[in-house]
Amino acid sequence: MSRIHRTVIAALLATAGVALAQQPRSAVEEIERYRAALGDGNPAELWEARGEVIWKQKRGPKNASLEQCDLGLGPGVVKGAYTVLPKYFKDTDKVEDLESRLVSCMVSLQGFTPEQAKKDPFGGPGKKVPMDALVAYITSESRGMKMNVQTTHPKEVEAYELGRKMFYFRGGPHDFACATCHGADNLRIRLQDLPNLTTQADAQKAYTAWPAYRVSQGEVRSFQWRLYDCFRQQRFPELIFVSPASIALTTFLAKNSNGGTFNAPSIKR
Amino acid sequence: MKNITIVVLGIAGAVAVGCASMGHHDEAALGAKALELMKASFHEQGQAKLDRLEQDNVQKVCSEYNGDKKIPRDVAERLEKAELANIKYPADGKYLGDWKNGERIAQSGVGMQFTDTAGAATGGNCYACHELTKSELAFGTIGPSLYNFGKIRGYTSEMQKYAFGKVYNSEAFSACSNMPRFGHKGILSEQQVKDVVALLMDPSSPVNK
Repeated sequence: MSRIHRTVIAALLATAGVALAQQPRSAVEEIERYRAALGDGNPAELWEARGEVIWKQKRGPKNASLEQCDLGLGPGVVKGAYTVLPKYFKDTDKVEDLESRLVSCMVSLQGFTPEQAKKDPFGGPGKKVPMDALVAYITSESRGMKMNVQTTHPKEVEAYELGRKMFYFRGGPHDFACATCHGADNLRIRLQDLPNLTTQADAQKAYTAWPAYRVSQGEVRSFQWRLYDCFRQQRFPELIFVSPASIALTTFLAKNSNGGTFNAPSIKR
Repeated sequence: MKNITIVVLGIAGAVAVGCASMGHHDEAALGAKALELMKASFHEQGQAKLDRLEQDNVQKVCSEYNGDKKIPRDVAERLEKAELANIKYPADGKYLGDWKNGERIAQSGVGMQFTDTAGAATGGNCYACHELTKSELAFGTIGPSLYNFGKIRGYTSEMQKYAFGKVYNSEAFSACSNMPRFGHKGILSEQQVKDVVALLMDPSSPVNK
């Protein structure tokens, strides 16, 4: 990042600070401008480039690449694949999102055990993992395309309906459900705008912006991570990576975003 | 062969109709399946055990009536009555604690996540959803503004008792409210609830300035 770039951001943040003292709504707008300014140099590009290398790299006991993996549009088709996920796959007889599909391909094509393929789903300080990078690369290949999740197979219909049920499921010490924060229009938690994920317009805006490079964490975060961290804040137990509930919920949210133009990996605070 | 085909098509048709107009029975079956799936999709971590997925009556009823279905008045009244009965009002009859502590509790969102230390002092995170004072601009809008709470409603002991009850168990006054039951669920101690009530009801609290 250039010095000019940094100065611009500092100036925008200062403006945001001034605006904050006057009127919260305009502060949010300033933060939007700050995000737009950051968008030019999104570090997620590093994850995307690393992911492309890993996608093509011969790995695992079978010493094979993932290039023949069917992500939903046929073996080896990466372009636009994320816009149709989650989707039913005949070979596994399951509805799979991107991350669970990658796990299936790492098992079938590369010979990893499911445990090996699911280990280390999220990166952290000093820890780079293949999954984040693969997700960044594959999703970037759907940028600018419209979300088009189908529920034609009975298992897709079921996943959507189960996801809807889970969205309204209240539990834990705080009685929180996804719907507590994401079930009505124009709500904020502190100053953070909350999308109403039951409406198409908000679901489109929210879902098409994940995965994201989180400036505060210095990591690219996948949609599986987004759900994992929402449930942490809901005071639920720990969501298991690529678990059936995570896929059902993703199906519900992804389908609600149909017609929205995919624009990720994005950059967020 | 032809008969079999017709039967299969018939089942497929029934499934399609069932999905198009999901009846009460279907919703209940779906709910049971969703819970089964959720139980297989989480593992316990730190203080967050799997029993957090075991719903009590409020959670069950409110999950069922979420979405586009409005909770029927008789169901809401039954729920409120049952929740009202389990509010434990202070034995000393005093509802007001220290508003300065109340402000700290209102600011803090710490507690009960699987990344939080078990047993450490928790917050109420009131500002996440409510406007309370004019000095804190970073407030959420999930709940109504509580600015001038006591000033508007009057500093009466009845209102103090109501505020205590509302913070202790919000569902007793508004069925399926989004607000946590801070006292009933042990998120805040009795003293902490009193401190929050003081923030709302003490005439010297910035909420009432």
